[in-house]
Amino acid sequence: MINTFIGNLGHFMVILAFVSAIITAWSYYQYTIVPETEKASWRKFSRVFFYIHAVSAVSIGVILFNIIYNHRFEYFYAYSHSSEALPVHYMISSFWEGQEGSFILWIFWDVLLGLFLIHTNKSWEGPVMVVFSLVQAFLVSMVLGVVIGDLKIGSSPFILLRDVANAPIFQMNPDFVPEDGTGLNPLLQNIWMVIHPPTLFLGYASTLVPFAYLMAGLWTGRYKEWIRPALPWTIFSASILGMGIIMGAYWAYVTLNFGGYWNWDPVENASYVPWLIIVASIHTMITFKKSSTALKTSIVLVITQFILVLYATFLVRSGVLGDTSVHSFTDLGLSGQLLIYLFFFLFVAIFFSVRAWKHIPSSEREASVYSREFWIFIGATTLGLMAFQVILPTSIPVYNAIIEAFGGVSNMAPPADQVEFYTKFQLWFGVVVACLTAVGQFFWWKKMDKAALKSALVTPYLISLLLAAVIISLAQVWDIVYMIIVMAGTFTIVANATILTKLLRKSTFKLAGGSLAHIGIGMMLIGIMFSSGYSDTVSINMSGLTYKRDWEDELNKENVLLWVNQPLQMKDYEVVYRGRHKKLEGVPGYVSVRKLEMTGQQNKAIALEDIVIDGETYHKKGDEVDIVLEENSYFEIEYYQDQKLQFTLFPMSQPNPTMGLISSPDSKHYLTKDLYTHISAINNYDDPEWGEAKEYKATPGEQFHLGDYVTTFEGGEVVNAVEGVELKEGDVAVKANLVVQDHDKQIELAPVFLIRGNQVGRIPVINHDLGIKVQVDNISPEDNQFVFTVNSYQKDYVVMKALVKPYINVLWMGTIIMLMGFGVAIYRRYDEFVKMRDKGLE
Amino acid sequence: MKKGHIIGLGIIAVAIVIIISSIGDASSYESFSTAKEMASNGDEDPIHVVGHLKKDSRGTVTGLEVGEDKTSFTFTMVDNDGTEQQVYYNEPVPADFTRSEQVVVIGAYKTDQMFVADKILMKCPSKYQDNEFRDVTASKN
Repeated sequence: MINTFIGNLGHFMVILAFVSAIITAWSYYQYTIVPETEKASWRKFSRVFFYIHAVSAVSIGVILFNIIYNHRFEYFYAYSHSSEALPVHYMISSFWEGQEGSFILWIFWDVLLGLFLIHTNKSWEGPVMVVFSLVQAFLVSMVLGVVIGDLKIGSSPFILLRDVANAPIFQMNPDFVPEDGTGLNPLLQNIWMVIHPPTLFLGYASTLVPFAYLMAGLWTGRYKEWIRPALPWTIFSASILGMGIIMGAYWAYVTLNFGGYWNWDPVENASYVPWLIIVASIHTMITFKKSSTALKTSIVLVITQFILVLYATFLVRSGVLGDTSVHSFTDLGLSGQLLIYLFFFLFVAIFFSVRAWKHIPSSEREASVYSREFWIFIGATTLGLMAFQVILPTSIPVYNAIIEAFGGVSNMAPPADQVEFYTKFQLWFGVVVACLTAVGQFFWWKKMDKAALKSALVTPYLISLLLAAVIISLAQVWDIVYMIIVMAGTFTIVANATILTKLLRKSTFKLAGGSLAHIGIGMMLIGIMFSSGYSDTVSINMSGLTYKRDWEDELNKENVLLWVNQPLQMKDYEVVYRGRHKKLEGVPGYVSVRKLEMTGQQNKAIALEDIVIDGETYHKKGDEVDIVLEENSYFEIEYYQDQKLQFTLFPMSQPNPTMGLISSPDSKHYLTKDLYTHISAINNYDDPEWGEAKEYKATPGEQFHLGDYVTTFEGGEVVNAVEGVELKEGDVAVKANLVVQDHDKQIELAPVFLIRGNQVGRIPVINHDLGIKVQVDNISPEDNQFVFTVNSYQKDYVVMKALVKPYINVLWMGTIIMLMGFGVAIYRRYDEFVKMRDKGLE
Repeated sequence: MKKGHIIGLGIIAVAIVIIISSIGDASSYESFSTAKEMASNGDEDPIHVVGHLKKDSRGTVTGLEVGEDKTSFTFTMVDNDGTEQQVYYNEPVPADFTRSEQVVVIGAYKTDQMFVADKILMKCPSKYQDNEFRDVTASKN
């Protein structure tokens, strides 16, 4: 039965969350401005309302998950994002597949951060929470789902399917509930898609904290003091957002067919740009704490990073990127609302900054070239330019939209080869950043002049040159650009490692955050250079044909066609495709589809033989077995070198009715490289169109050509039992034993001929790998001949692509080290804040 | 001149380089006829063409030819001006290709007759989210 109560409850909670956010903002405003004597009661009042907001915001999430979890397909959200077959962890990802769910996730993180701030701050609580609650009100309004005339505010996740769909079934039966949902986008059926969005949204949500401290500081006249509490949160934001971005990259690497982890897609760019600015703001804030400069720059950067997150949200969710991005959301009609949100906070930030500008201390003293302030400023500027270079072309669809809004015509399109375009800039910026981190760190820990700098840098410089030379000659990096990258990377690693050892010797691990993070950056730079610059397509089609008569160019094809069991040489490897497999519940590894018969029921099959893996029998013949997601097939690809089997990969593919073929690669991981295999096209297996029947006659022992295959007819055999048929008294069943030779495989086929009274029955065999159906048409005892009819369609095949990604592990390791560095820095800065607060100074 | 000014000028210079290169490397949306004109003028920069697949009266895609080794194909595309053009793509046919409502090809003319796509973007009826309600025959009620 249709359950409208839970949706109404959800909608009520949304309205409650919205109203309570506004009341909290107002009451915290009162709390901030009233005299000291009245503060206590206002604080209590504000906190109560924030708790109400927190409870209602969490309830929204709980209710929406309940709708998904209980398969309430009368709700549009559950219908369009989930299905019966999904395991629980993918139900979690379907929760944030839609925009509404991801807004709820964002709201949830802000609530947690808000609660944390209420209980860790003293003097900052009031003004910070005003900003917080206002942001929450805007966010909740995105899922409000209130329609007043033509004005639509927010898109509710609690609408019923019947209110959205125009299908005639609802006129006949308003209580109609579809039996199953349309399911989760198969690309998202991946463990990284369960954890990547929450991480990313925590990163997005946390950018609000430094912004809120800044606004609070500018408002209450504490123009400098906001830095201390804001700094640990800025580092937190950078590390969480950085982690989220890298998780997304890793997801793309293991799931998508991009052949890589970073594609410079607008949506990827939209998260990378704020991250760069956050990192820049960390540096200027630290500079300010050391030497009271760069305060104005810090203010500008903290505002910019927050506004950029809003801008990124607008880009991704307004539908403006529709033509240019592979994974932006569809337009929910929220673009106007998102713009109001963006401009509101932009104007608030500008207003407060302008008002406070003349009171903000700035140092008139010119920074010396031998000062750390100078180098950090150059570093922050480089990061800012990096961000500018990415966001400018990414916004091309926005310019078109603006020009068209004013009645103009604009046909500007993003660069045709995005990867090449962005890489050529970002690569050099990366080199500059690497060199700056190396030099900058020395300035950081010591007073420097010309002589001191020379003596401090000369050793690390020589060591890194030596190290770079070793790497370059061992890994054969003969491209001058890549050589420079290796040198810059090793230089930053060596220089920061030198600092790190000095700091650790003084046993102050707390200070090691910066050098650790910079070592990570250096490793990432080298890892990115190798894995993308030296990515090698192994599956080059070696036929060397001219592909089209009327046009002479030869194009290298990056895919190869593999017929089942038929070996193919590609570069260093000989590969053989061995057929399809499924994953079974409770059975390790993969099970060939030859051993399974589909039942027509979802995710169920019958075992056609015993399922034995490594000597252990998991299922007996005839057992019903559970398939893990029936749509997914795993294609067994064997890699040989010198006639010896090196390894076997099982790339996955799913022919999806709404999205076409969805493929996930499989990789062979070595310490120094990954070999990555990806399925580009597959044979249509389920519903073959059989060709015309051909007739073959053979006597026992005879060898003949069955189509393309050399086949031996070993003879007929009278059998007492036939699978699937009950034999009666007087029935005669004859099994014909055929052995088909398919390269190195011998395939046995045994069609059965049945005589009951004066009727005959023919039980054919179908072999999908060979694409043939064989039956015994007749037996003529006079000349001892069997007559076979054979229909064929197509031998099983896959089209696949294989790439080698060298030293990709250096990238992942660099990421982990960088995040560790961030962790140490957060601990140090937060500890500082707590100490100052407990002294009653904050 | 103060050092700060030199740095400021440097930043402005880099920013200008970035802006100019963004404009220079930006592609454009064209029709096949303007693309052909560009190619005949020796301009081989890849451009975007928006259009759809040629279909017969029954809605079946026509003019799709898959290479013998299934790793490349040609198809007939009709741009928004109604110009028909054969397009070659050096990759296997994407599985949802024939269902696409709109295709964007990024590429250039190699000869007068042949447009070679480096990349194909497709818009399918329900690529990201199922906004159209497809009739579900079975019912719980």
